[in-house]
Amino acid sequence: MLFPTRLVFALAALLCATATASAQDVAVKIGVLNDMSGIYADIGGAGSVAAAKMAVEDFNPAAHHMKVEVISGDHQNKPDVGANIARQWYDVDHVDVIVDVPTSSVALAVNEVTREKNKVFLGSGPASSDLTGPKCSPNSIQWTYDTWMLANGTGKAVVKTGGDTWFFLTADYAFGHALERDTSAVIVANGGKVLGHVLAPLGTSDFSSFLLQAQASKAKIIGLANAGGDTVNAIKQGAEFGITAGGQHFAGLLVFINDIEALGLKTAQGLVLTETWYWDMTPANRAFTKRWQVASSRPGKFPSMLPAGVYSSVIHYLKAVDALRSASDGKAVVAKMKEMPTDDPLFGKGYIRADGRKIHPAYLFEVKKPEESKYPGDDYKLRATIPADEAFRPLKDGHCPLVSG
Amino acid sequence: MFEIFGIPSQALFGQLLLGLINGSFYALLSLGLAVIFGMLNIINFAHGAQYMMGAFAAYLLLQYLGLNYWLALVIAPIVIGAIGIVIERLFLQHLRKLDPLYGLLLTFGLALVIEGLFRNAYGSSGQPYQVPPALQGGRNLGFMFLPNYRAWVIALSVVVCFATWFAIERTRLGSYLRAATENPVLVRAFGINVPRMVTLTYGFGVALAALAGVMAAPIYNVSPQMGSDLIIVVFAVVVIGGMGSIMGAILTGFALGIVEGLTKVFYPEASNTVIFVIMAIVLLIRPAGLFGRRA
Repeated sequence: MLFPTRLVFALAALLCATATASAQDVAVKIGVLNDMSGIYADIGGAGSVAAAKMAVEDFNPAAHHMKVEVISGDHQNKPDVGANIARQWYDVDHVDVIVDVPTSSVALAVNEVTREKNKVFLGSGPASSDLTGPKCSPNSIQWTYDTWMLANGTGKAVVKTGGDTWFFLTADYAFGHALERDTSAVIVANGGKVLGHVLAPLGTSDFSSFLLQAQASKAKIIGLANAGGDTVNAIKQGAEFGITAGGQHFAGLLVFINDIEALGLKTAQGLVLTETWYWDMTPANRAFTKRWQVASSRPGKFPSMLPAGVYSSVIHYLKAVDALRSASDGKAVVAKMKEMPTDDPLFGKGYIRADGRKIHPAYLFEVKKPEESKYPGDDYKLRATIPADEAFRPLKDGHCPLVSG
Repeated sequence: MFEIFGIPSQALFGQLLLGLINGSFYALLSLGLAVIFGMLNIINFAHGAQYMMGAFAAYLLLQYLGLNYWLALVIAPIVIGAIGIVIERLFLQHLRKLDPLYGLLLTFGLALVIEGLFRNAYGSSGQPYQVPPALQGGRNLGFMFLPNYRAWVIALSVVVCFATWFAIERTRLGSYLRAATENPVLVRAFGINVPRMVTLTYGFGVALAALAGVMAAPIYNVSPQMGSDLIIVVFAVVVIGGMGSIMGAILTGFALGIVEGLTKVFYPEASNTVIFVIMAIVLLIRPAGLFGRRA
């Protein structure tokens, strides 16, 4: 009877070996692709990489028999550079998922490469709502915000509170035009009027001439359909030219907390803006911020909603991969992510729609007066919460081929 | 109220004045470039970075030492000018006998390094800096609201520009400088320390950039890339005015500010290209620039 016993042991050992191998098998490589050195480096950049690493740490891959690696790249805000890095990551470096990718033009390029290679793209950074509209893809999810949501949040709220005549100061490129278009639609739909606009070239340092035109229009609200340094310069010079003192108000259509810190509360006070995440809203957000400041070595700085979106999207992605026990089929992973409800400490409970739109509430904030701010980063007060089902574009209006068939 | 080309005259006067204000920044910066090129034959591509350092110096002086705008206006140019002198001693003096292209490459590299260091230390989104209390507010001129600070900018830059022009073109020191550029060996033979004069001139040009930086801090976003946004335009101004011509740089700076201001009214989309269109035309018709001397 010696022989069969040996055989049984051998078989048992073999079974054990395969069992452990399959349990440890799931290796995942996450690529954080964003602007590491240019104008958007502060809103995402290394801060988003730190957030992705924190998400991996909190997910605890070892407990789920997974091995997760995070790498990063700099797309320099150039679509060709971004698409090249994406190709190399997918083809050579075996990256399974690309996250963040601010700058809509780069995101649209990465969106196409990801679809072609059947991988996963989790856009925390890009603004263009086309990613869940005509350009939607079964391999992509747009996580944090989009132009429709910004226009709807800020535009509607401002018109409802009496700001019914608008003049736009628009950045003269695709993003600015889209933002102005979406916001104008919201204003008109809510009974407001657009009195005019001026197209300012990207990277204009002096806005005084445009501001005088806005002043002459007598519009109650000057809508800033621009971003980053352009927004900061326009608001800074607006204060100087007595725009706000003269009774006109700015509405920032894409403003991050980093812009507010760059302006200082004295200049930025009273500005109305929409975001989906603010570091000082909940104890969980504050705890995240504290950890993030250490992890990204940015003491005294505050995370924008982009790193928060990266954290949240990476957690949910890893849960889906764990459920499937494989990251190889991008479409299947995204389908699983849409099937599972989302739940994480930063964005709470939510879900992902068929068109790839992550759904959560949005918040309308007003920038505090300097005397209202108690500590560094205490910049916003909440004016309204836009419930999750109203914050984003209705599914039927997006013209996403995945939905209309 | 009458109209000119369909634009109310009031708006037009306002834009002219605004153009003049922007022109004063162009004039200050191109003046520094012209001084450095005229005296050292170096195309100082680090000028934008030095302007940015001036603005940051103002911010840092306020933030860490509590020194206000007025003190920054004096201290920042001295400190940044001193850094300029160190750069000249360490690097630029060795390039004096070479083609200007080497100086251009070196200063361009320096600009990238300086910008990178500031971005690493302070991030890219900018630092807050307020208009000094004494210059807050403004007055209504009838055709526009003129912030007091802008009036101050225009006055100070006119004074600095013409003082510099006077020092170089009309004083004994200036005549030494000009002579040293023409024939350094002969000037040395008269017992004048030419290398030291050249070093100090570079420091002075850099200090002018830093001064413009301090003046820009309250109205433009103080960020590491603020200089590279501006430097290309300023180079176009210098090319249009004629490399090395002091008066040319000043007058072209103010004039192009006005042209740009008017473009912002009639066709805003072209406002950041109009200067380059003018540059192309000037180069076709007068390759040495409007005020330049033919080499």
